[in-house]
Amino acid sequence: MHMADALVSPAVGGVAWAVSGGLIAYCARKVKQCPRDDLVPMMGVLGSFIFAAQMINFSIPGTGSSGHLGGGLLLTILLGPHAAVLVMASVLTVQALFFADGGLLALGCNMINLAFFPSFVAYPLLYRVIAGNRSGALRTGVASVASAAAGLLLGATCVVLATTASGISDLPLKTFALVMLPIHLVIGIAEGLATAAVVAFVAKARPEALAAAPTSAASFPRRPILAGLAIAAILAGATLSWFSSTRPDGLEWAIAKVTGRAQVSGAGSKIHDNLAGIQDTTAILPDYGFRPNEARSGKAGRKADDEDPNRQPWPAVSAGTSISGMVGGLITLVLATLGGIVLSRHRTTT
Amino acid sequence: MKPSRWLTIGTMDELARLDSPVHRLDTRAKAIVTAAFVITVMSFPRYEVSALTPFLLYPLALMAAGRIPPQPICRKILLALPFALVIGVLNPILDRHPVAAFGSLVITGGWLSFASIILRFILTVSAALVLVACTGMFPLGVALERLGVPRIFVMQLLFLYRYLFVIADEGSRMIRSVEIRSAKPGSLSLSIYGSLVGHLLLRSMDRAERIYRAMVARGFDGTERIPGGSTLGWSDGIFMAGWLMFFAAARAWNLAAAMGSLVAGTPR
Repeated sequence: MHMADALVSPAVGGVAWAVSGGLIAYCARKVKQCPRDDLVPMMGVLGSFIFAAQMINFSIPGTGSSGHLGGGLLLTILLGPHAAVLVMASVLTVQALFFADGGLLALGCNMINLAFFPSFVAYPLLYRVIAGNRSGALRTGVASVASAAAGLLLGATCVVLATTASGISDLPLKTFALVMLPIHLVIGIAEGLATAAVVAFVAKARPEALAAAPTSAASFPRRPILAGLAIAAILAGATLSWFSSTRPDGLEWAIAKVTGRAQVSGAGSKIHDNLAGIQDTTAILPDYGFRPNEARSGKAGRKADDEDPNRQPWPAVSAGTSISGMVGGLITLVLATLGGIVLSRHRTTT
Repeated sequence: MKPSRWLTIGTMDELARLDSPVHRLDTRAKAIVTAAFVITVMSFPRYEVSALTPFLLYPLALMAAGRIPPQPICRKILLALPFALVIGVLNPILDRHPVAAFGSLVITGGWLSFASIILRFILTVSAALVLVACTGMFPLGVALERLGVPRIFVMQLLFLYRYLFVIADEGSRMIRSVEIRSAKPGSLSLSIYGSLVGHLLLRSMDRAERIYRAMVARGFDGTERIPGGSTLGWSDGIFMAGWLMFFAAARAWNLAAAMGSLVAGTPR
């Protein structure tokens, strides 16, 4: 999904521009070092191919809807991550300029969401691990679906975070995430199926086209990516938790500022209470702090919490919330690493 | 993306080939002013509506001076609008704090921020579209390269744009032939989709091979060359300084409100 200009603040857009600019410079240097001269026309034509392929839809089995190729993962399989990022970035630029998909300020965000995540996170950490070096149709299929879904979920998470951080839309972080993530899981699975179908066809019709990726997986460093992700996750967890402690979402904070109350008046519905109850019972780290000793019951507890006059204005740099942010980041990392280990075990035994 | 959207990209290319004072300006000047425009528009607080309206002057002035007809631009804005609508339409539901009342009509903060999102969307999208419509992709690529964007990325953009029409034609011919031959057009099964798109991919890769050989035959030695563009002249300087000063003024003062009080004769 493309992030639109109208929802990005200059600060968020500027940071994303700087990051994606660095990414493009890095990838351009890497591609320049590549000895293949024909890479330049190949990348250009494959970029046009992605546009054309997006016109063709297929029906998703079992549902009434249809899906199409996003492109990031397929390009990475064909060209390697560095060239794929450049191609996807150019596709996004043309979409922003000619089709008003996304926008100029949001271009950096979109490059990170739709080019970086599939090529530099989902491909090396999931696709290569699951698919391995031999090409079986089933394994390629599983690898494509898993990594396309993971790439899109990461991108959707980033859209949610960037929108909330920009503070132009009123959507609360949790609601937005609850809407965006399931949708993108479905879109990701559809894209994975499409990628798998195309890769399976190419593997049958012209297997050498798949082996020609200039940066082979063996030389692609996985460890720096993992280390970088670890640092990013811990930093994000630690810094975000300062904000999330005193203002559970950007919206609640904004509303509290505008209306003087922490809850929206319409929020008293049954679904809201039920969801809040579920959330309170399932959360090990409620509101990202340590669980208070006294039992909190749904809304009453929240209200008391909100009206506490001793509450600090944000950002309250408390050890408790920072620790829970880091713990959350670490748990995610450990889970991801364990998943990777289990998958690679599975690959070597079969 | 529907094939009909492809028709509009050709329109943009034709518009870019017009000759007008705006088309003759240096692309770097236009790119810098457009970037400043987008950043200024998005730097306003979320409830701002009236102060944003003077910014409509920039895309409208460029369209007028560049002789860009409004229909293609408006059509593109409308096509892309649903995303901003979906995200923004929840603001009036979530934010019901009243901010103004005209008689019995009460305006809530949510409606105000919703209007602000839509206005920002129209402003930023039209600025980008007008920039392309009165510049064209090739001069834009040259300007990007001269502004420090890596050359290989600029080459990628120009290559992609050059073959967009060719490959898209090929894709739409394939879709048409499938539709003619199938009993239930519109939805392909996954396996047919795989071979259809796979064929398109292999054809594109073959084409890339041929292009490469043609480039080598014409003396391509592995380094990309982009022919230089124009130089910055007086008119470019005046264009940049004028618009940047206007943006700064419109950001600092609410020009719409000032005009309103001038017309209505009431002190602000």
